[in-house]
Amino acid sequence: MAAKTLTINGLQISAEEGATILQAADEANVKIPTLCHLDGVYDVGACRLCLVEVAGVPKLLPACTTKVVEGMEVKTDTERLRKYRRMTLELLLAERNHVCAVCVANGHCELQAFAWSLGIDHVRYDYCFPKWSVDNTHRLFGMDHNRCILCTRCVRVCWHIEGAGTKNVSGRGGHARIISDLNQPWGEADSCTSCGKCVQACPTGALFHKGSTVAEMERDRSKLEFIVTAREKKQWIASD
Amino acid sequence: MILNDLIEIKNAELAGRKKITLRCCMAAGCLSCGAKGVKQQLDKAVADAGLQDQVEVRGVGCMKLCCEGPLVQADPQNSLYIKVTPENAPSIVAAIQGGQTSVAQTDPDAAFFKRQLFIVLANSGVVDPERIESYIAADGYQALHEVLNEMAPKNVVESMVQSGLRGRGGAGFPTGLKWGTVAKSPGAKKYVICNADEGDPGAFMDRSVLESDPHSVLEGMAIAAYAVGADQGFIYVRAEYPLAISRLQLAIKQAKQMGLLGAGIFESPFSFNVDLRIGAGAFVCGEETALMASVEGKRGTPRPRPPFPAESGLWGSPTLINNVETFANVPPIMRRGPEWFAGIGTEKSKGTKVFALAGKIKNTGLIEVPMGTPLSVIVQDMGGGAPDGGQIKAVQTGGPSGGCIPAEHLDTPVDYESLGKLGSIMGSGGMIVMDDQTNMVEIARFFMEFCMDESCGKCIPCRTGTVQMHHLLDKIIQRQATPADMARLEELCDMVKSTSLCGLGQTAPNPTLSTLRFFRHEYEQLLRPDLSGPPPNGASETRSASAAS
Ligand SMILES: Cc1cc2nc3c(=O)[nH]c(=O)nc-3n(C[C@H](O)[C@H](O)[C@H](O)COP(=O)(O)O)c2cc1C
Ligand code: SF4
Ligand code: SF4
Ligand code: FES
Repeated sequence: MAAKTLTINGLQISAEEGATILQAADEANVKIPTLCHLDGVYDVGACRLCLVEVAGVPKLLPACTTKVVEGMEVKTDTERLRKYRRMTLELLLAERNHVCAVCVANGHCELQAFAWSLGIDHVRYDYCFPKWSVDNTHRLFGMDHNRCILCTRCVRVCWHIEGAGTKNVSGRGGHARIISDLNQPWGEADSCTSCGKCVQACPTGALFHKGSTVAEMERDRSKLEFIVTAREKKQWIASD
Repeated sequence: MILNDLIEIKNAELAGRKKITLRCCMAAGCLSCGAKGVKQQLDKAVADAGLQDQVEVRGVGCMKLCCEGPLVQADPQNSLYIKVTPENAPSIVAAIQGGQTSVAQTDPDAAFFKRQLFIVLANSGVVDPERIESYIAADGYQALHEVLNEMAPKNVVESMVQSGLRGRGGAGFPTGLKWGTVAKSPGAKKYVICNADEGDPGAFMDRSVLESDPHSVLEGMAIAAYAVGADQGFIYVRAEYPLAISRLQLAIKQAKQMGLLGAGIFESPFSFNVDLRIGAGAFVCGEETALMASVEGKRGTPRPRPPFPAESGLWGSPTLINNVETFANVPPIMRRGPEWFAGIGTEKSKGTKVFALAGKIKNTGLIEVPMGTPLSVIVQDMGGGAPDGGQIKAVQTGGPSGGCIPAEHLDTPVDYESLGKLGSIMGSGGMIVMDDQTNMVEIARFFMEFCMDESCGKCIPCRTGTVQMHHLLDKIIQRQATPADMARLEELCDMVKSTSLCGLGQTAPNPTLSTLRFFRHEYEQLLRPDLSGPPPNGASETRSASAAS
């Protein structure tokens, strides 16, 4: 495959044709923040955290779905982008009920880690305090809608990697939520194979193993990568 | 079917015309105030008077002056009867024989009609939308015949480029360029989609075109399909338009029976089928990628572009998607030539635009004006100004993606660039007039609420940003907002516009931004600098608050 050369934050790098800006940056050790992206499943460009500036393009472009072009000049960390990222996180934190102190994922949450990295210690928007329920009907797992950020990673691993098609999105706007099968209690969703991939994929404490208590939920993403590598490259190698 | 058959149908239809025609509007507006009964009684009155061979009572599409419906027009008398009741029927029939009538009339040569220029609506209110012969009598399907027999697909694309037609669905993308891209995209299977989701509040142009002249849209789609190399079309029409749906179904059936749709059209190798897909009421499904997902049977949410539908659309195939009005422009352009079309309008905005004129204005209804017509001509001369001596304060175009143009800018010509300069957009053609009683902050909140409710929820800025912007607008209206809240609102407008995934989020701040630009004082009057603002939402504080709740 032909290589493309481009610059990211002034740094000259080369990337494979067909690679996304995110992949190219990753290889060059430039970190672009992401929430909806998950290695191994297709991208949807939904969280908008990976937006970058590209010289000559008036719009901001999502790094996860934009392919590299020869000579592209990408900036990933401008004042404007930092401001928008911070606002995006604040909006997320105000949307549902993210109460870290009582969360199973405390300390292992991508949302929390990201907020910390940006130094977010308060939110400038009024909290919405919506009333969301917890689905505890599944034998092994639980879902707390209060902590869901609608990244749809669970939906994509469920369809794309496990092939079960249990998880889905229903409703729209602020009322959108993750459902199981035809909006049934998870425990009654026949298509669920109890593989737990969605739990592994979730960036927050929205999906959890039953029985884990505060701050206990650690995830092992290498399992997901293992399956994807096996399927796409036909290599059965365990990553460490 | 060959050309001679078409001409025979046309001649037979014209030969069968009677001396007098009573055209009764059978579009949704007039039907909703009793037009069906009017037509029945007119039929009866004509029969009672023994005038069946002299008078034709023809059900037609929208006659434009919707606020005065039900409408009946008598030809050649050139009398336009308004607010007709079934009881008026005998009196109208007496009048067309030279008698007197007390049934209310309006001047069919008034400015409301005279300033219009009909291309898209030329058949609306004239042909019977339920009879294909009526469309053929108005030269229908001749353009398709000419295109199939005398033009190569690339010449058709070239003609569209020359015409200068731009998409009427909102963004104004050059139609010829889009057709050319689809035509050049490699792929054995291609699709043509007509976007009839029309979701802007107050807009009813596309509905009227479908109800009044469905064949013009079908013919436009068939010409497009030939130009780009597609053999399958879909019309995505919202379920709230049952009459448009049934007329389309009937039109498709009639066109198929005559060999004007289906396999081997006009005995050429070209085949084209059209199916309907019914939208379930989500505004976002008018966005092209969401629409295609919906046609594929998936959840109707937008996806990032590129790839654009022209390269990878329905089921991954190159897909042409245009608006109803865009397609309706195609047969007249092919029939009369691209030069003719390019001679109408302004330098960069060619042809006409149909608007649904609504709000605080005397004459509400459907209008078609040449691009470049000043807004003042539309609202003052044609619309008759605000009712009851009120003052016009602003004109809203572009619906939830557009903006409010203040009265002092009413001399603005209606074209894509001029409206854009004022922070509004042409949009699909909703035009809402506001008078001096209107509170502009409430207008901003109304449209923000619409976008908040219609956001699909996929991307964070639009899903959560519209909620916060709506909340801030609400706070301002409740007189609970501080200047800091206003700054927060403006910052959010910029952020949601710049970062949202699709056009819904990217334009959701527009009504707020445009009212902030022209009516800032109305916001500032409501602010409360005396309030210290919300307590600084320290994260720790809030955590304990929500943990307790
Ligand atoms: C939220 C949203 C809603 C839309 N709704 C419509 C619609 O109802 N009808 C329409 O023709 N285009 C609509 N559009 C524009 C379409 O995405 C698309 O641009 C258009 O159908 C292209 O046709 P045109 O080139 O003929 O204008 C909408 C766009 C957005 C972002
Ligand atoms: S449950 Fe978790 S993985 Fe699924 S959408 Fe919500 S936050 Fe994302
Ligand atoms: S901008 Fe709004 S409607 Fe468009 S994808 Fe994002 S959430 Fe959905
Ligand atoms: S990671 Fe690219 S939009 Fe979420």
